[in-house]
Amino acid sequence: MANIISDETIEYVGILAKLELSEEEKEQAKKDMGSMLDYIDKLNELDTSAVEPMSHVFPVHNIFREDVVVNGDDRENILKNAPEQKDGSFEVPKTVE
Amino acid sequence: MDLLSLTAVELSKKIKAKEVTVIEATKAVLNQIDKIEDKINSYVTVDKEGAIKRAEEVQKLIDDGSLTGPLAGVPVAIKDNMCTSGMLTTCSSKILENFYPTYTAEAVLNLEKAGVVIIGKTNMDEFAMGSTTETSAYGPTRNPWNTEHVPGGSSGGSCSAVSANECFFALGSDTGGSIRQPSSFCGVTGIKPTYGTVSRYGLIAYGSSLDQIGPVAKDVTDCATILETIASYDKKDSTSVAREDYNFTEALVDDVTGMKIGIPKDYFGEGLEPEVKEAVLAAAKELEKKGAIIEEFDLGLVDYAIPAYYVIAAAEASSNLARFDGVKYGYRSEDYNGLHNMYKKTRSEGFGPEVKRRIMLGSFVLSSGYYDAYYLKALRTKALIKQEFDKAFEKYDVILGPAAPTTAPKIGDSLSDPIKMYLGDIYTISVNLAGLPGISVPCGVDSKGLPIGLQLIGDCFKEKNIIRAAYAFEQTRSYTGPFDK
Repeated sequence: MANIISDETIEYVGILAKLELSEEEKEQAKKDMGSMLDYIDKLNELDTSAVEPMSHVFPVHNIFREDVVVNGDDRENILKNAPEQKDGSFEVPKTVE
Repeated sequence: MDLLSLTAVELSKKIKAKEVTVIEATKAVLNQIDKIEDKINSYVTVDKEGAIKRAEEVQKLIDDGSLTGPLAGVPVAIKDNMCTSGMLTTCSSKILENFYPTYTAEAVLNLEKAGVVIIGKTNMDEFAMGSTTETSAYGPTRNPWNTEHVPGGSSGGSCSAVSANECFFALGSDTGGSIRQPSSFCGVTGIKPTYGTVSRYGLIAYGSSLDQIGPVAKDVTDCATILETIASYDKKDSTSVAREDYNFTEALVDDVTGMKIGIPKDYFGEGLEPEVKEAVLAAAKELEKKGAIIEEFDLGLVDYAIPAYYVIAAAEASSNLARFDGVKYGYRSEDYNGLHNMYKKTRSEGFGPEVKRRIMLGSFVLSSGYYDAYYLKALRTKALIKQEFDKAFEKYDVILGPAAPTTAPKIGDSLSDPIKMYLGDIYTISVNLAGLPGISVPCGVDSKGLPIGLQLIGDCFKEKNIIRAAYAFEQTRSYTGPFDK
């Protein structure tokens, strides 16, 4: 395997991805990511220096519209999906000390 | 007359001719679900009561002449990654085990306006990440042709439901082959439209630059009719394209005289099962007999599509799936310490292994220091792949090949080796990268009795070419379902 993923990298990616992996999952993730990157490295066979990155197939541009409310107040139904709610708001753990 | 063997368009005609009622059709489907669903598991949610109530409403609207369209009264299934107001929408993930959307996806809304009856939501690979429908948090779906085999994925539930007569048609979504490959494995017909044709509003995003909703049905006529119904320009989807022509059913003509069809040699190399190759080339012969001009050609860069796809799709997934944090909807961990730990615990407990694998990969390729080497490299490769197709479509109206290198693998055989599973997408994935339309139509059965799919690929906005070719080919054979054997 050409790509060796270090503990630090998996730790860092876990922070970016907001995932908490068990030791076992981390080992598996190191292996999986390494072999995926080995495979992805195939792209290096291509000379793309003169090619612009293509994020969308068709040209995309900003779509503007008038700032008009078209949907009604659906607060009650939206809050029904909340894992926890209080006084008509989403409830989350304390965020500031 | 066996009601369940009718196509959607045939059924709607019979309903309008008062030969059958919407309730009868709906109950027939619900009975079929009662009979075989424990063996197949096509659905995450079946809304019996809602469907019957809706069937009564639709019948009235047909009777009083307000619903006259070609799909009025038809019972359908929707892949569980499309929001349906008030109906559980899980994406086959634990993290959305209790999510009831407050709005309906635009494509589904378009179907509702046309007078369909929604039976329920179909099983899929979790967040559409997979090729077998085995990564669902609600158990695997089984192939109606042989329940020891997978139905393909990620729209496996939609394709198995159509194949097993558990609905008359279904909607699926296709990011790297998720409509065409399971259609091939289940012996049904499915279209992935040109990017931007069907609104993605209300489709729970996986790879936004690649995702498209499309029809899964028993034949090409149904697929063209459904596509015509769900396609629309939608201001709520900033990548929606206002097309000049939505009249897809116009292409249902049994005439391919002079049509130029290219067969990429690179699609018939190593890894392709001989029986699949034989069936696909036999299909090409049929089209040639009907007057099409068939030619082999070299389509470059075929081997680079999968690595480019996995970088792009994983990158977009890591960003799109950041919204699942246990705050506004869905699962929240019961045991956590503070806000950040709540996010982490919720996501770690709520997502399955394949989803985590892709989020990790996506976060990595987007991270500073790797962004240029991986993400931009993949986007540059995408541009080159698009150029290859542009060149091919200067010469050909349609590209013909297999939808998948094999027929449906056995349950449990694919997940052990992710890269091997990813390689199964080799013929479908580049179509998404280039934004092209593609259709999979049944073209035979292998010696194990499993269906084989023919893929026809068109240039952007040229759905009509592939619909015409698929329709003409379809006229040379008759539809066979898993129970007709």
